[in-house]
Amino acid sequence: MTAVEVTDLHVWRGQAHILHGVTLTVPEHGVTALLGRNGVGKTTTLLAMMGLLPGQGSIRFGDTELLGTPTHLVARQGIGYVPEDREIFSTLTVAENLRLAERPGVEHRYDLVYDLFPVLKERLRQSAGTLSGGQQQMLSLARSILNPNRLLLIDEPTKGLAPIVIEHVVEALVHATSDTTVLLVEQNLWVASQLAKHAVVLDHGTVTYAGEMRTLADDPALAGRHLGVEVR
Amino acid sequence: MSSFVLYTVTGLGLAGLYFLLASGLSLIFGLMSVLNLAHGAFFAAGGYAAWWVMDSFDTVPAEPRFLLAVVAAGAVGAVAGALVERGLIRRLYGSHVRQILLTIGLGMAAVALMGGWFTYNPRLMDQPAWFGATTQLVGANIPNSRLLILAVAIVMLVALMAFLRGTRHGLIIRAGVENPSMARALGVDVARSFTIVFALGGLLAGIGGALGAVYFNGISPSLGTTQLIFAFIVVVIGGLGSVPGTAVAAVLVALTQIYVNNYVATGLGSIAVVVLLAVVLLVRPQGLLGKVQP
Repeated sequence: MTAVEVTDLHVWRGQAHILHGVTLTVPEHGVTALLGRNGVGKTTTLLAMMGLLPGQGSIRFGDTELLGTPTHLVARQGIGYVPEDREIFSTLTVAENLRLAERPGVEHRYDLVYDLFPVLKERLRQSAGTLSGGQQQMLSLARSILNPNRLLLIDEPTKGLAPIVIEHVVEALVHATSDTTVLLVEQNLWVASQLAKHAVVLDHGTVTYAGEMRTLADDPALAGRHLGVEVR
Repeated sequence: MSSFVLYTVTGLGLAGLYFLLASGLSLIFGLMSVLNLAHGAFFAAGGYAAWWVMDSFDTVPAEPRFLLAVVAAGAVGAVAGALVERGLIRRLYGSHVRQILLTIGLGMAAVALMGGWFTYNPRLMDQPAWFGATTQLVGANIPNSRLLILAVAIVMLVALMAFLRGTRHGLIIRAGVENPSMARALGVDVARSFTIVFALGGLLAGIGGALGAVYFNGISPSLGTTQLIFAFIVVVIGGLGSVPGTAVAAVLVALTQIYVNNYVATGLGSIAVVVLLAVVLLVRPQGLLGKVQP
């Protein structure tokens, strides 16, 4: 089963033509990694899916066409978004960040959130801007799993984090994403190979590889050709 | 000493007016990036609503009548704010130039409309006799009206903070001021809060207009527009979108104005305020309690 079907997606940011007809599918259940060098359009793809950038083509999510749908209605389809720079509300407390994420009409899984990120429960009354980078990432992830979402769009969850914190975040991601579909943008190939079953590689705004993550991770030559890096 | 106390309380009364006008401006700009140059018209409309109530219901004793006048002024401001957002501003989100042109035009048209309706001569407002009496405070005779304006402004500040901190609408507004796109990405309909914030800004400005009619001994069509320039200075000094910052800046601006006018030279107060603005912009460009925009 396919959760998301992107067909011939074109996106411009200002004058720059970033995505040149991206076509990809995200299979239902499990994690699909969206890989590629800096600036190839990974984040742009997620922004277009959330309705935060306009685009041409088609993004089907079940029976819904996401292109042209206002952002808040995209989210209400059951889509959680963890943006590249976490974008927690730094002037609000941890509890307020979570309360804002509560969508009406669905259950709010505070038990799951506190189970995965106990540190958040200890810091509910703290202003979110004073959390460490790793804790802010946990809060950003917590916002996306608080509601039982059908799809999570997660953009570089390990960016700028210390190795020990990355391990913790990966562990939490494994649990948090076990019951849903995830499209994960990740620069760290080790992290991607730990989490993802499928992989899609972008280069210059088009898809250059789509298949098993393991095939890519096990073949340094293939990974090197597509990503310009070697899997450690 | 007694004149210092009098100037201070007068300054705090003026600070109350600035706060009522500026807090709405600050929230509107913080949430929607809309520079509402028609905000002064809400202030004047509130002033005329209060004047009309005081003038028309002269069988009612003055004190309850004034309370009614303040409520009417707030209601007129709130309705005007909601109508302007729903009917006009909503069509122009994302286009700053058009919004500014719209609100400039609206501000001018509103002043002309009120001028045609009520004439440009200031309308003197009937006031409860108690307002003109004085209260002894640390050896100074303070007109009660100054204390009243200050008290109402403090009540509105507390109520506004309670709304922002204690309700879901308030939470959405605070989040929207910081990062509207992310709030949308969480499924929040931020646009619905725009109407609420405009109505809230109108309500505060309308109440400010009723109190302004007391402070300035009457209301004229351009009174709000004259005060608007100081309100913008207050917003910038306080930090865009910060209500506590606006309150602190209102006190700072009003006291600077009154002290300089009375101790240095009449008329220099307004210039001193602009100097204060320049200093804040040089030392702390995001304003006293503002956040640096990412």
